[in-house]
Amino acid sequence: MPHYRHHVLVCQGTGCLSSGSTGVLKALEEQVQAQHLSDQVRVVKSGCFGFCMQGPVMIVYPEGVFYTQVTPQDVNEIVASHLKNGKTVERLLYSDPATHKKVEDFGDILFFKGQRRIVLDNCGSINPEDIEEYIERDGYFALAKAVTKMTPQQVIDEIKNSGLRGRGGGGFSTGKKWEFALGAKGEPKYVICNADEGDPGAFMDRSILEGDPHSVIEAMMIAGYAIGSHQGYVYVRAEYPVAVSRLEIALAQARDKGILGRKIFGTEFYFEVDIRLGAGAFVCGEETSLIRSIQGLRGEPRPRPPFPAVEGLWGRPTLINNVETLANIPRIIRQGAEWFASIGTERSKGTKVFALAGKIHNTGLIEVPMGTSLRDVIFNLGGGIPDGKKFKVAQTGGPSGGCLTEEHLDIPLEYDTLTEVGSMMGSGGLIIMDEDSCIVDVARFYLEFTRDESCGKCTPCRIGTKRMLEILTRITEGKGTEKDLTDLRELAQVVRENSLCGLGVSAPNPVLSTLRYFEEEYLSHIRDKHCPAGVCEKLLSFTIKPDLCKACGLCRKECPVGAIKGAPKQLHSIEDETCVKCGACVSKCPFKAIARGRKPKQTPEGHIDNTRVAAEARSHADSNNSVTTVH
Amino acid sequence: MVKLVIDNLPIEVEAGTTVLEAAQELGIDIPTLCYLKEVNVIASCRICLVELEGHRNLVAACALPAAEGMVIRTHTPHVLYERKKVLELLLSDHPFDCLTCFRNLNCELQTLAQEFNIHGLQWEGERNVFAVDDLSPSLVREPSKCIRCRRCITVCRDVLTVSIYDMQGRGFDSVQGPAFNDSIQDTPCTTCGQCILVCPTAALHEKDDTDKVWTALQNPDMHVVIQTAPSIRVSLGEEFGMPQGELVEGKMITALNRMGFDKVFDDCFGADVCIMEESTELLTRLQGNGGPLPQFTSCCPGWVKFCENFYPEFMPHLSSTKSPQQIFGSLVKTYYAQIAGISPDKIFSVSVMPCIAKKFEAAREEHQDSGHRDVDAVLTTRELARMIRMSGINFADLPDGKFDSPMGYASGAGVIFGASGGVMEAALRTLYDKLVGGEIPEEDLEKVRSFNELREAEIHMGERTVRVAVARNLGEARKLCDRVRNKEAEYDFIEIMACPGACTGGGGQPIYSNLDKWSLQIDLRKSRARGLFEADSQKKHRKSHENPYVHKLYEDFLGEPSSARAHQLLHTEHKARPLYTNRGDYAGDKVEHRHYREEHNLLH
Repeated sequence: MPHYRHHVLVCQGTGCLSSGSTGVLKALEEQVQAQHLSDQVRVVKSGCFGFCMQGPVMIVYPEGVFYTQVTPQDVNEIVASHLKNGKTVERLLYSDPATHKKVEDFGDILFFKGQRRIVLDNCGSINPEDIEEYIERDGYFALAKAVTKMTPQQVIDEIKNSGLRGRGGGGFSTGKKWEFALGAKGEPKYVICNADEGDPGAFMDRSILEGDPHSVIEAMMIAGYAIGSHQGYVYVRAEYPVAVSRLEIALAQARDKGILGRKIFGTEFYFEVDIRLGAGAFVCGEETSLIRSIQGLRGEPRPRPPFPAVEGLWGRPTLINNVETLANIPRIIRQGAEWFASIGTERSKGTKVFALAGKIHNTGLIEVPMGTSLRDVIFNLGGGIPDGKKFKVAQTGGPSGGCLTEEHLDIPLEYDTLTEVGSMMGSGGLIIMDEDSCIVDVARFYLEFTRDESCGKCTPCRIGTKRMLEILTRITEGKGTEKDLTDLRELAQVVRENSLCGLGVSAPNPVLSTLRYFEEEYLSHIRDKHCPAGVCEKLLSFTIKPDLCKACGLCRKECPVGAIKGAPKQLHSIEDETCVKCGACVSKCPFKAIARGRKPKQTPEGHIDNTRVAAEARSHADSNNSVTTVH
Repeated sequence: MVKLVIDNLPIEVEAGTTVLEAAQELGIDIPTLCYLKEVNVIASCRICLVELEGHRNLVAACALPAAEGMVIRTHTPHVLYERKKVLELLLSDHPFDCLTCFRNLNCELQTLAQEFNIHGLQWEGERNVFAVDDLSPSLVREPSKCIRCRRCITVCRDVLTVSIYDMQGRGFDSVQGPAFNDSIQDTPCTTCGQCILVCPTAALHEKDDTDKVWTALQNPDMHVVIQTAPSIRVSLGEEFGMPQGELVEGKMITALNRMGFDKVFDDCFGADVCIMEESTELLTRLQGNGGPLPQFTSCCPGWVKFCENFYPEFMPHLSSTKSPQQIFGSLVKTYYAQIAGISPDKIFSVSVMPCIAKKFEAAREEHQDSGHRDVDAVLTTRELARMIRMSGINFADLPDGKFDSPMGYASGAGVIFGASGGVMEAALRTLYDKLVGGEIPEEDLEKVRSFNELREAEIHMGERTVRVAVARNLGEARKLCDRVRNKEAEYDFIEIMACPGACTGGGGQPIYSNLDKWSLQIDLRKSRARGLFEADSQKKHRKSHENPYVHKLYEDFLGEPSSARAHQLLHTEHKARPLYTNRGDYAGDKVEHRHYREEHNLLH
């Protein structure tokens, strides 16, 4: 076996693939070949590092140098300079957003430094398409330990003692769930891995499947052993082709190795895993819908009880765990419940993977111990808010969750605290918004999502989400009334209390939590017909900057509704009442003389408050140069 | 057994009982909408919500298994508020055309809205507007009135195993409908109409033919005759508040006379003729000179279409004898026209049936053997009741009238055609008399009379043992057909009726918008069948071939059963049909969202 001087890991996760890492990998392999470095440099396809916004990313060991946004054209330089001469390519290094300094060592990057990786440990460290690499990192040792040295009850006790809770959203004790499935009568039993990740912006399950598929397979086998099941299914969405193909490769390799199949580790235990593709309905993440979908039926929930542990797939006892939950299992079995329970907080053990997205420097996947503060996540790991903007709100739990505001920056991120403040852990989507985000628009966006994804089975969710969306839309269009706000609150309550499944029960959360913390902003839309963030289109106003307008008349001709008044060589103006805010004039104007801005607040009498206009104009001075309102 | 407490009342029920059933046992009335006992228990409408102690949200009582120590509250102000609000949401996606709706005053949604004191909606908004599918001769689908309870889907799929409906689309746009939102006429729909019986609103209803009949009655040149099916006489009274299953034959005849029908005939006469032909056909088959065995009855048009769609290989087994309605229809325009001296094109022939498939049957192209359409209009029990109401007739107080001659007298055998197993019994009475002579032993008849879903019997007729089976809904029929196809069972004669409980439970019968309708219908079917057997026992002639008017018909007009003329007029051919066709131009996939106030110009 050759002794390699360098190991170069090129990320092949979906994020980097879509920013072009296939080309980078190909160029690197070719260069290494061409420069006769094949026996000195080993090129490894790796899973996701998590730092997707810097992709395609590459890491060079032993130095641990982290190259970002690498293009195939950069590869020559990396090979010539770094791999041949040991000289780092400075310009491709990550630059710290705060200090603007280049960071050479991967471990010094705050995004990675603050993490504690258990679930993501192998992601970005091994080649997910090579079972040997997984085994080298103690892979399948937990399975061996479980089936040869432990009884099923001991396995379950270990999981129970670890304090692991479901990472898919509910936060139910995993050990207890396993115990129910063990105790349930009926044969055969099934183990299902729920990989139907559907929250907008969340992709931790995808990354785990892409970067470390064997950990999930191993965990399913351990679960099968613990509850007495011999058949597992991974229910994964068809929109995750990379994850599916890596799973298929992993399953084939595990079968070839004799790990998956009959007589596992010489025992009588046998297990098989099959993949079932989902068509991407959000509701299929709900366990009873998922089961129906596997059975070939329309993905819709059914009332519980009976719970799947008693009556699940094909009416048999079924254990359903989420990908991230499962990925914890091998480590718990290997290192013990006590070790796991030492991480995290009193009631939330271990770590949690979050998908950072939105108005934040470092978007991507991070894994932190439970109880880490939101401030730590946003301002340390996440590098803070770009462009010096102010943090406004973080949405956790996606469309089922709620918002966290500045006052929550120091609360620990753990199940119960999040629920207390009206949000939820959810699957770990964390979307950061700055002062330019309109809270009503955010609530409207999430409601649009749940309205679209509602299966339509139960009345409150089918019609209630539609009605909530209608009210929110009205408000963003400046047509809302104060009664709408009461109606919205009461409707949210009705939908939350009476819906059939978790989708409907949690659908009003974005509305309720934003109403709780940002009622003023709602009222501003309603009373003042004013969107403070300047997002809601119908509440915008288009104005012509007198100093830039050359009175060319192009905008006047372009306007579809004749809202622009003026004549040649005469300053043009826009009639706000006629304007439909289409923005056609803005794109047509060759002099950038048309400003798109928020409509000034109106006083209760309907008059424009001039002091406010002036203040508005000043506050917008930097982005809009000088805004002059024509009213 | 499990013990629980509902509204402070302790109760002990068997494990597996739902909270809704337990509450009913206590006499506590929890409202339901999507629930159909044992058929549709999906907890989707959220009207039966109750408080379960220790549970954060309200729980649907219909699907909640009673468990030891449960504490349930069914009518707290909180529960009532939530139910009312859910109902308001349902109503906000429902057209408000109650006044002109088929189910006005007999609608479960309307009843609940009234019960919950709803006089306005807190949340109004866009509602779904779908095109109406009225291409089928039998039933009309108005998806805009659908409340997505899915009872039609489960009844069609699980009880009748025809399964033409499922949910289409998702979320707010979702609606029940045939595959690809095609017209019902393009599906293997048997037009049995059970979906209409279970529909809580008028999203599914019969195609109303009363106007056709009124027009004919108005025309002084038209001679309008009507034949009334056996089971109408035991269900029509229910439409006028009379006890279930009460025999109202005489009142019905008087009502029809007063409405202006020129002749009121008994369809049971057609049934007697049907037995003459069908038993002769069976005898020929038993003697090895006819078609293959078993012989299937063909008097139920729903079953005939089911067979044509799903079991085309059984076509030679289907009796070629027409149904009583069609036999009667062709005789009216030939035999009766001749006796009465009226040109058949001046005769308008109406039938009143417990069935909407009869509308489809009458419209079949092959049923024009008299040279004209044999039956011009088919009314259901419900439509006839509407006409009687319009005529201002006080039905319950009417004196008894008598059927007109010569097609107004029937034997008891003809009358029991309306009950499940009745056709079989009628045929056996005649067959026994022909083969052995005399009355068939009562205990043999009991075997085919019971209310079991599927009945089998071996009846000894001299040296011959006749093996018979009766299936009383299409789901059972499918099982039976599969057994015959797989040669797991052998029979000589099989009676199949599409509807649960046969014609007494037909898709054209009265609809009840009370609670727990499904089990109510089962009771209704029993009481109606009892009424029919009572009518049978009062008859002087109990066997079809003893009917003197039938004798006269054969002597004067047809010759003998299975004669050439009988074959021309009373027999037909069946043909295999494709399951799905593409004839309709129903624009089912067009969904619009319209604001109710916008539609009614109420939006400023």
